[in-house]
This record gives sequence, C-alpha cells and structure tokens, in this order.
Amino acid sequence: MADISIRNLVKTYPGNTEPATKNISLHVEDGEFMVLLGPSGCGKTTLLRMIAGLELPDAGAISIGGRDMTYLPPNRRNLSMVFQSYAVFPHRRVRQNIGFGLMTRKMPKDEIARKVAWAAELLQLTPYLDRYPAQLSGGQRQRVAVARAIVVDADVLLMDEPLSNLDALLRLNFRAELKKIVEHIGTTTVYVTHDQVEALSLGDRVAVMEAGKIAQLGHPMEVYDRPADTFVGGFIGSPPMNFLDGQVADGRIIFGEGASIPAPAAVPPGPIRIGIRAEAISIAAHRPDLVPAVVDVVEPLGAATLLTVKVADQSLKVQIPPSQRVSSGETVFLHFAPDSVRLYDPQTGLGLLASV
Amino acid sequence: MTRTELVREGARGGRASRSRRLSPALLLISPSIILMLLLFAWPMVAGILQAFQSPDGLGLDHIERMVGDGQFGPAVRNTLLLIVVLLPVQFVLAIVMALLLHQRPKGQGLYFYLWAVPIAVSDLAAGLVWLAIFTDNGYLNSALSTIGVGPVSWLSYTNPTSQFTAILVAELWRATSLVMVIVVSGLQGIPKDYDEAANVFGATYWTRLRHVWLPLLKPSLQVALILRTILAFQTFAVAQALTGQDFPLLVGETYRFYTALQNPNVASALALVVMFVSMAAAFLYLRVLRDGTKGAAR
Repeated sequence: MADISIRNLVKTYPGNTEPATKNISLHVEDGEFMVLLGPSGCGKTTLLRMIAGLELPDAGAISIGGRDMTYLPPNRRNLSMVFQSYAVFPHRRVRQNIGFGLMTRKMPKDEIARKVAWAAELLQLTPYLDRYPAQLSGGQRQRVAVARAIVVDADVLLMDEPLSNLDALLRLNFRAELKKIVEHIGTTTVYVTHDQVEALSLGDRVAVMEAGKIAQLGHPMEVYDRPADTFVGGFIGSPPMNFLDGQVADGRIIFGEGASIPAPAAVPPGPIRIGIRAEAISIAAHRPDLVPAVVDVVEPLGAATLLTVKVADQSLKVQIPPSQRVSSGETVFLHFAPDSVRLYDPQTGLGLLASV
Repeated sequence: MTRTELVREGARGGRASRSRRLSPALLLISPSIILMLLLFAWPMVAGILQAFQSPDGLGLDHIERMVGDGQFGPAVRNTLLLIVVLLPVQFVLAIVMALLLHQRPKGQGLYFYLWAVPIAVSDLAAGLVWLAIFTDNGYLNSALSTIGVGPVSWLSYTNPTSQFTAILVAELWRATSLVMVIVVSGLQGIPKDYDEAANVFGATYWTRLRHVWLPLLKPSLQVALILRTILAFQTFAVAQALTGQDFPLLVGETYRFYTALQNPNVASALALVVMFVSMAAAFLYLRVLRDGTKGAAR
C-alpha cells in the first residue's frame, strides 16, 4: 500500500496537437479510493495508463509510496489492474488467471493456491476455477479480472471502466460488491469511469476531468452539491444541474418579466448564471415571491416525477414527488431552495460564491 | 381463407421456393466442382491405380520395387533428418524475427519486406543462387581462399555432412520467411490488452513470451507447422540444384523414377508415400495442438 503523487503531468500523443493531459497534479492518499470521472477524451484513461506505466509522460513525475516511478516499466511498479476489456487470458484456466500476478512474483505454489482459493471464494468463482474464460459469462469473466487484481499484494489497484461492459442490473449489483471488496482489502485505488453515478457511489474522492485538466477534486457529495464550474454541474447528476441566466439588479436576480429570486448581498449588479439541481426546486401554490413557469413535459419516473418547465424562455428540469399532480401546459410556481442555488460567471462558467 | 390457412400456405410456398433456389446454387458451383474433379480427383485416382498396377490386375509389385531400391532408405532418412533439423531452427528464427519486428524498430517496414523477399523467389532460382555460393569455384570458396582456407568440395557426395548443411542453409533462407509472415500476422492479431495486463502484473519479457505470446500464437504456429512440414516433405528443387542425385530426398526420387528411369508406376508409389506422411503429420499436429479452451461448460 502506498500513496500516489502526480506532479505536472503532460502527455501529448504522437500526431496530436492537443495534449491528452495538461499539467495535471494530483495526490492520492494511502488507502484512498480515487475516481477519475469525465467524458470520453478528457484524458482520464491516459492519466491511469501513465500511473500504470503503459504510457510515458512527456513531462512531469509520478511517485508511488515515495519512489519515483515516472519512467519505470509497468512490471516493476508492483501494481494490479482491472482492464475495461478484462484482458483475462483465454488460454489459462480461471485458477491460473487469478494466480498470474502471484506466479510472476515467484510465490510458492501452495501459497498461490491458498490465495487463489481466498479470492475465488470472495468473488464466488470457486465452482469455475478449472474452466477456461470462453466457458464463462461476461459477468464471471469480469469477476476473474477483479479476483486477479485483488489477489496480489500490490501498492496500487488501477481500474479502467471495469463495469462498463456489464448490463445495467449486473453493474448495479457488482458496484456495491466491488465497493465492499476494495474497502476490505484497503489498497490505494484509482478508478476511471465516465459514469457519474459510479463515481459518486464508489469514490472517497472524485476528480472530475475535462479536456486534459482536473475541473474539480473533492468528496462525491461536495462535487455534486457545489460544482466548481458549469461543466461539472452539467456533467454530474441525472438530470444534470439546471442553469439559468439572469441579471442582478436591486438585490434580486431577474430571469424575466415577473420571474426573480432574491440575490445574496455580495453579488454585484450585472449578468449572472445560476445553477440549481432539479430536486432543489419545488412547486407550490401561487405566491408573489415565487418564479412562474409553464410546464412543457411531464415524465413520471416511479420514485419521482420529472418536469421540463420554461422560465422566461429558458428550459429547466424540476423533480417533484409522484403524489403531486401536474399536467403539461399548466402554469406552476417554483420555489428555489436558497441553500442550493449556486452562482456562476456567465462568461467563464466558473463558480462565483458558494451559495446564496 | 382463415389466418392459419394463410400461414400454412406461406410456409409451403417458402419450402417450394427454397428447393427451387438450390438448383441455381448448384449450377453456379458446378464449374469449380468439375474442375476439381478433373484436375484433382481424377489424377489422384489415376495415380493410386498406377502405383498399385500389376500384370495380374492390382498388386504390390511397384511398392516392392520402390522399397527395394537402394536409394529409398537414404531418401526417407534424409527427408526426415531435414525436417527434424530444419523445422525447429526455422521456427526459432522466424519467431525471433517476428518478435524483433513486433518491437516496432525504426524501418520495420523495410526489414519486413527484406525478410519476406525469399517467398517471392522461385525455389529453383534459390537453389541456383546457393549453388553459386557452395560450388567448388563458388563465392564461399573464393572468400575462404582470401584467408588461406580451402578449397572445400561442399557439395561432393564424399561430404554428406556439408551437403546436408548446404541444403539446410538454403532451405532456411528460402522458407523461413513464410513462417515469419504467419507469425507476424499472428502477433498482430493478439489484442494489446493481454500483453499490457501481463506487464502490469509484473511479468518480465520472458514470462510474457512464455505465458502470453506463445500460447496465444498457437493457432498461427499450428498453421505454419502443418504448412511447413508438408512443404518440407516436398523439398526438391533446392536439393536438386545443389546436389543432384547425390543427396536423395523423397520427391527427388519420384523425379528420378519418372524421368531417368522412365517408371511412372514407382514414381506414383513414391508420391503416395509423400502424400501419406504429409497427411499423417497434419493429422498428428491437429491432434496434439488441439485447442482445449473452448469446450462446453461443465
């Protein structure tokens, strides 16, 4: 076990003009579960592969447990990894697949057998130990890949979108299981995903990446509640955060004719963008201080009902309890929970103040 | 008409049209079937009949003549010896060349084409080139004379070891590239993830070679092995150019019986021996190297 320290990492793939990672620095604590989250092409996998040694950076340094690893080949870094494609060796039985990392570490045979049995038990693979991967289902192959990764006493466990090839139900079940297993073994973990639900549910901390940079680094709820910029707010959450453009004047943020909310005292007059989560907006009976809106679409989702409403020609999503009956075309009045309103610069998209 | 009747009607119509559709398919492949029968099946049957022809119908006269010939034993021995020595050396060389290319050195395309050139050279031409090197007044002896060695009669029947070595070297040069091309394509077909996974889990280059690449190359190696064994049983032109009849091989004997001795029956018998051992070798490889990883789930 060890901490990971990444300093000013730059990597440009040959033939590309735009760097895949732009001067990234990141510190992962010993035993921490760090999630790298971002859309395709944001550099998250490149960053992971540089930690693994499968790509070499153009500049910057990586150290694991205080030892500089920047240019060390992967096999000398004492790592383990779960690949997106699983990369379970097709010519080796499940038993030999799980024990691969132990074999390369020249562990005695009886100890390999003991550890493989332990990992197989943990991942419910015991009945399949003598099968070949071609005789397993996708979910089972995934378990083999995870068992192979946790069985070695590695300094760092790397996971590259390990759940993305599973179907939705399997993914949900295995996510919880994976969290339990990783908590149990306690290895420092770096987990790459583009799925924000996975990131929030698994990570001790989440690094949201955009275009080769870390846009925000923080605890999952912090990233969810207080997005550092409009990109993070728009990427995390389902539905994503709502953004509304308005003008600050006379102590209020005005979205349009008769639609305004109180502005915090410190906000200077001028254009502003607010961000608010769908579940932080409620609808109520008409009161003059509420924001009038016209219901566009009503989507009952079971646990909640999702509304798409229009406020002064701007569209936003509102989540209401399923017991509340609303029909499209109706005018409703929105209450924005004051603690949940975030303020952003409409030009740069960067957060202005923590809250109203 | 009711709905079920309609469905049944449709099903019947489908069946009828399918059987009618079969005949144009047969019509389309019939030229190739006829060609195969004419050029492959018929000569083979004729060859087998020829080998077993005897004055009173069918018999083993020609087989006895073939086995009784003084050159037959040496020919079998030489052919087997060539295969046993040539193939392992050839495969090691080809795998090393393919692995070197797989490291993506500078100018890998150039190396690949240079190494693949012998495939394009006709085997008789290759034999003549090597004859120019190994013959008494050849390049090798003149090179050796500059350092005061030789001349050596490399290809003389009094020097069977150097005869064999010359044929071995020429065959290595000529046929290793075929194996290399197959191994290169096999390596390219292995997903990069397996190597990366092995690397991340601490495997050194040798461990990866032994536990990842070679096992995953098995299908390619199997193809190359079958192909090369069959072709090695047919080694002829290079040996013929280098040593004539002095170093008998099975196909060389077939040629000698057919041309010099004007005995097509024994030549057919020899050709059958070559065919039989080739088939037996291919069968053996398929059995021994069978892929056991895709069996049904137990």
